[in-house]
Amino acid sequence: MDEGAPPSGAPRPRLLRPRTRVDWFLTVIRVAVLIVLAVGFMAFIAQEINPDNPFARWANPDATGLTGAQFRGLVISGIAQGSMYGLIALGYSMVYGVLGFINFAHGEVFMVGAMTGMITSNKLADVGLWESNFIGSLVFIVVVSIIVSSLTAVVMERVAYRPLRGAPRLIPLITSIGVSFFLQNASVVLLGPASKSYPNVPDWVKAKHTFLQIEGAKILVIVVAALSMAALWYYVDRTKTGKAMRAVAEDAEIASLMGIDVNRTIVKVFAVGGAMAGMAGILWGILFRSVIHTTGFLPGIKAFSAAVVGGIGHLGGAMAGGLSIGVAESVGPLLILEPLGVSGVSQLRDAVAFSMLIIVLLVRPAGLFGERLPAEDRA
Amino acid sequence: MSLTTPSEPGPPPAPEAGPSAGGAANGPSNDAPPRPPFAQDWRRIARMGAIGAIGQIFISLSNMPVKLDGRAIIEGVLSLGYLSLVVLPLAAGSRVGHQLRREGVPFHRPGAHEVIGGAACGALVGGGLSLLAILIANFDLREPLVNWSPILADLLAFNRGTAFAVLIWLAIGAAVGAAGGLLRVVPPAARRVLSTMVLTLFGAAVLESLTTDLAEGMGIEGLIEWFYAPRGGLTITGAIALAAGSGVLAFVARGRVKGAKARIDALEGPARNRAHLGLIMATAAVLVILPMFAGKLTNELLANVGLFVLLALGLNIVVGLAGILDLGYVAFFAVGSYSAAVLTAATSPKIHPELPWFVALIGVVVLTGLVGLFIGAPVIRMRGDYLAIVTLGFGEIIRLLFLSDWLSGWFGGSQGITNIPGAEIFGLAEVAGTDPRSVFYLVLAFCAIAIYVSWRLERSRIGRAWMAVREDETVAEAMGINTVNVKLLAFVVGAVLGSFSGAIFSAKVGSVFPASFLILVSIVILVVVIFGGMGNIVGVIAGSAVLIGVLGGPKQPGLLAEFSEFKLLIYGALLVWMMLARPEGLIPSVRRTRELHQEELAQDAWLRGQTEDEQDEGQP
Repeated sequence: MDEGAPPSGAPRPRLLRPRTRVDWFLTVIRVAVLIVLAVGFMAFIAQEINPDNPFARWANPDATGLTGAQFRGLVISGIAQGSMYGLIALGYSMVYGVLGFINFAHGEVFMVGAMTGMITSNKLADVGLWESNFIGSLVFIVVVSIIVSSLTAVVMERVAYRPLRGAPRLIPLITSIGVSFFLQNASVVLLGPASKSYPNVPDWVKAKHTFLQIEGAKILVIVVAALSMAALWYYVDRTKTGKAMRAVAEDAEIASLMGIDVNRTIVKVFAVGGAMAGMAGILWGILFRSVIHTTGFLPGIKAFSAAVVGGIGHLGGAMAGGLSIGVAESVGPLLILEPLGVSGVSQLRDAVAFSMLIIVLLVRPAGLFGERLPAEDRA
Repeated sequence: MSLTTPSEPGPPPAPEAGPSAGGAANGPSNDAPPRPPFAQDWRRIARMGAIGAIGQIFISLSNMPVKLDGRAIIEGVLSLGYLSLVVLPLAAGSRVGHQLRREGVPFHRPGAHEVIGGAACGALVGGGLSLLAILIANFDLREPLVNWSPILADLLAFNRGTAFAVLIWLAIGAAVGAAGGLLRVVPPAARRVLSTMVLTLFGAAVLESLTTDLAEGMGIEGLIEWFYAPRGGLTITGAIALAAGSGVLAFVARGRVKGAKARIDALEGPARNRAHLGLIMATAAVLVILPMFAGKLTNELLANVGLFVLLALGLNIVVGLAGILDLGYVAFFAVGSYSAAVLTAATSPKIHPELPWFVALIGVVVLTGLVGLFIGAPVIRMRGDYLAIVTLGFGEIIRLLFLSDWLSGWFGGSQGITNIPGAEIFGLAEVAGTDPRSVFYLVLAFCAIAIYVSWRLERSRIGRAWMAVREDETVAEAMGINTVNVKLLAFVVGAVLGSFSGAIFSAKVGSVFPASFLILVSIVILVVVIFGGMGNIVGVIAGSAVLIGVLGGPKQPGLLAEFSEFKLLIYGALLVWMMLARPEGLIPSVRRTRELHQEELAQDAWLRGQTEDEQDEGQP
């Protein structure tokens, strides 16, 4: 605060440029975080090498480390969850890329998808189709849920966000918080506050398969997520609509001068994001078999973190970010915190996911792949 | 700024003035001929009718009418449940009659055209309920939709069968819609009197428990029994008397209230200060004397409102003055509560110094300030939207830490800390949840401090720096403001104010659990601040009084306890609606309004096709 202006001339490297006490404080935090991560990780390695060595016992005498199978199980469930986060993150990323604001209510679109899937699948189970023709029913509920969640996203855009185009950036963010709150509680008053379950899935989905000992549901989730991602990539990168989307993301005004209907393109962006969220909602339902009105909140926040981790506005980055958030929250507590002597680490999963967001924003706010933003947001 | 603006430029329209009261009937329009009654814009009517019908179905299926039916507004005539079903047709009917007024485009004198359009639109909206009644009679969708029940069908049909329901809701919709259209036709003065009457009736019905309680305290139950029916709601005679009285009052006082306000605003220097001081003293006197007559429930309500006023004032500094959108504000409330609990309670698991409350408060302030600094320092440099999400993350992390087994040795995990002693005020009085009046006085004292601090800060060098940062950070920095420090200071001051509320909360409730500090508390406080008017102390207080007092806080019931299931839904909708229609809030701060309507001020508003309502709001 005292030494005034930034140095002119060639910028020095970031870490060597502490100007204020806050900078010093931040550097201290960064270093402390790195030390905690490193010590935890080293303690974990020490445990893995030999559980009895003094370094492994230093902080947590009860630690035993993980067996290979446990570790693989954690990584696989992390990837499965992470691919859902990635699917949701695509919606955040696309909307941010085009409109430059965080659509906080996107997690709720995911919840709407999961709820729709719950309702449709239960209806199908009532008439017996769910058991007799599982794959067909699955395709059906995916289609229904994609339609409903896209519609939710589009209506949301029309009602709440379109009138606010060009407003200061925080205003649509606050609006989207309101939308999110509204959708959550609309689900409570319409469908009741209790948690609702999906019908039973066939055995082959539940059973562990010989291939790497993975549950069928997780394989299903990973495969479907990969397919959706590929389809989205094709849509955005190869079709004319996709090109229009990228053009609007680059510069909406110029795009409209080039004959692109900006409003329609934005609606399509919301629809596609909603479709991905609806898909993720079904996968969530298949994997965890239960939904409640708050289902959307934490995955939504984590997916946003994923979008930031991958570099917001960057589609491949969103998926990569999702996977890394998923794996980190599933492995992180046992890998870093348990060896440091923190008890009850599984309760801290969510705290780990949030910490990851904070750490990424502290260390590298542009994300792993760099962010792609509309011109006026690049600062 | 534009030619159609009526002769009273002054302050923005009163908060009650929704789209229906924008002064549509004054101006040069009265010379123009009325439009032929049936030359309607049918597409617009159909669209609004369809939207309204969907809204009606949503309201019905949310169980609002059934749940609210128990609360009478006027005994035997109208319940809150049915009221919730006539609001939309009224709004739609009035909205359809709304003429978009542009400079240079001829417009018409309102007349039969508006009424017929309103009736048509209202009938469509009401038709939504007719449709619902038919659907309920023929299909069973109870499986996903929990409120798809015969109770709802009976309520819609007034217990007289589906056919009756279909016809009656078309008729009610048409009648109410026509009334909405009529609002466009009657002269503004009559409209003002009418809306005063309606608001008085509604207010009297809402405030029923409060007024009854006060009357009992003052020993004038007889009068109150005449107004209120024994089972709740106004009596018919009482309602008529109230409506007539308020109507006459509104007619007599027309223009005078505004005139008095304008006179006070016109005062300058010491005279103005004296006038303000007088107002503040009068309010303070009322607030000090009122609780003496009030019973336990009323005091409990006042104490809850006070706690939220305190929280909202703190968040107002962060969001309203410095423009930092902090979504994790509940963290400071939590830290305040927990640190007060740990410092005062004998049952605190790890350390229990059992300090007296006021001594502990010093520790609370220091701790929360440190936590504020610790959370604030890393986030303060981030972009506004990232900052919002990260503070939200911090709010959750803090709650999860209090909840975790890891720190349960300190904070008791999900069991929380119980048996927290009340606050003893210098041996004079004991403040605890069992005596809500004492809690209210304690809260009042802290609110007074918070108001004074916010008021002085707002007008200080720091306050101006905050507002400069809020308006444009780059320019503020160029003006020599150290933006990081200034923002950090706002964060910490907000945190400390929030911690006061937390400390009082723990003394009041006597126990703290992680479940009291969900993220939704942050959101509710944000709604309160935004609804009241960001950056305006009076607005924030009014916002908490209206929202927390009437609808209730996250866990605390309000005057309309029947709303408890719906209040969060309403908060969400309100937040969206405020952002779309009136981002500056109920009682806006002048500077903030200018900021939000910069564009309208900068350009000729009519070029952008603004309606007159919006232009009025845009005026400084």
